[in-house]
Amino acid sequence: MSDVFDIFLLEAVLNGLLLGGLLALLSLGLNLIFGVIDVVWICYAELIMCGMYCVYYLHVQYHWPLLLAMLAAIGVVAFLGYILHQFVIRPVLSAEPINQLLVTGGVLFFLQAAATLVFGIEFRNLGVALPSVHFGEMSFSGARLVAFATALGGVVAIYLLLTRTYLGTAIRAISQDRSIMPLMGVDPAKIFAITSALGGGLAGLAACLLVLQYDVHPAIGLSFGPITFLICVLGGLGNMFGGFIAAFIFAQFIAVGGFFFAVEWGYVIAFIFFIAVMFWRPRGIFSK
Amino acid sequence: MLRVANVSAGYGGFQALFGVSLDVNAGESVAVIGPNGAGKTTLLRLISKLIMPTSGDVLFNGNSLATVAAHEVVARGIAQVPENRRLFPRLTAEENLRMGAFTARDKYAERLEQVYALFPRLKERRQQLAGTMSGGEQQMCAIGRAMMSGPKLLLLDEPSAGLAPVVVQSIFELVRRICAQGYTVLIVEQNIRQVLKVVSRAYLLDAGRIVQSGTAAELLAAPEIQKAYLGL
Repeated sequence: MSDVFDIFLLEAVLNGLLLGGLLALLSLGLNLIFGVIDVVWICYAELIMCGMYCVYYLHVQYHWPLLLAMLAAIGVVAFLGYILHQFVIRPVLSAEPINQLLVTGGVLFFLQAAATLVFGIEFRNLGVALPSVHFGEMSFSGARLVAFATALGGVVAIYLLLTRTYLGTAIRAISQDRSIMPLMGVDPAKIFAITSALGGGLAGLAACLLVLQYDVHPAIGLSFGPITFLICVLGGLGNMFGGFIAAFIFAQFIAVGGFFFAVEWGYVIAFIFFIAVMFWRPRGIFSK
Repeated sequence: MLRVANVSAGYGGFQALFGVSLDVNAGESVAVIGPNGAGKTTLLRLISKLIMPTSGDVLFNGNSLATVAAHEVVARGIAQVPENRRLFPRLTAEENLRMGAFTARDKYAERLEQVYALFPRLKERRQQLAGTMSGGEQQMCAIGRAMMSGPKLLLLDEPSAGLAPVVVQSIFELVRRICAQGYTVLIVEQNIRQVLKVVSRAYLLDAGRIVQSGTAAELLAAPEIQKAYLGL
């Protein structure tokens, strides 16, 4: 036992925890949109890619202070979410689910191709390095710690919004009975638009945290889009609490699996776990 | 207060209402009675603007509702308790009530007290998920939710539907108390005998047309109603 349970395993577990926080934030936006509007934004990670470019260009090219560039990026992606809903989702809101899926899939390739045209295929680095933090023999990336803390802050903020405000209550209510909302004096179209902007804003926040750790390029969305989607499915699509827990489970498979084998094996093990769960509980771990 | 003037409406190719007219005066409690499929629910959906009339008009306090969007009707003072209650099952009882106050947030605390005074049971159940409450409790919650907006006119769609006979009694008793408190109520019911004991006036709707109207006592005594609907 003692030869396995060493300090580096603890470090891997803690790194998994940090990754879990970030993945939880990633899954939250997608789950929010699906839970409320009943549409999967397949292009969610490409919205994040747009946000990363936004931070990069504002900070590196136009020399905006980093925090200001990040705030602007969150605003820009929130607006993109709103636009996506008004011009792409709304016309197909009552269409077949497969059409909705294809339409957002189309946006994925559009955004990827547009980014390649506009920004080129170079990997761009923000050039901001946060210092590492050391605890005894363990060391943790500063960017990951910041990402973890911010992601948890974002999750808590969304939780408070959904449970403590009229808007949040309406967002939860509309996911349970859409057609009755006008009798409450609520305009469903407005709640959908606000939720889409909120989902976009969460993608923007995720972009700010990811651009601290990864170079941005037009295909960056493929590195975490599928993972985000799988986590949502694992926790039960639309189930925000399930997605939150699933993010931490998935992250442990990646981190601890990567510790015992090679890093790439972490992903393989995590995906095998996902497939196994899909046989066992096709509607997610937390389905009733 | 409410005037439905010669209204026709339907869904797709199916016409559900044919030139229906009725009036509800302030402080009155009025019932629309009739068999299943008579168009009663369609009438209430029309007043709440959930569907548009194909002809005719609905006036509230003298103003046409023709250009009013569905979600703006509540703020005008018309709240509806829809058929089958339609609570949000995974919100708590109190969160359902909060949704009812969406357009009247500054009055939330005050009205919550009023609703809890009227339905003490709801106060006990306030943290319970609405979907797990009994049918009678759900109906109380649905009525309370509608009252949270401080309506001038309360529309009730089949409040007794799907409830145990004992509970039906208590729901009609509640409706009687709500009417006595000075609310203006338009209630749609199949349970004709019970509802006519509670309201002052009623209209008989059959196959999309108003076929009879009068005071509750008149309709209870009318031979055709006794024969066709009361089984006497």
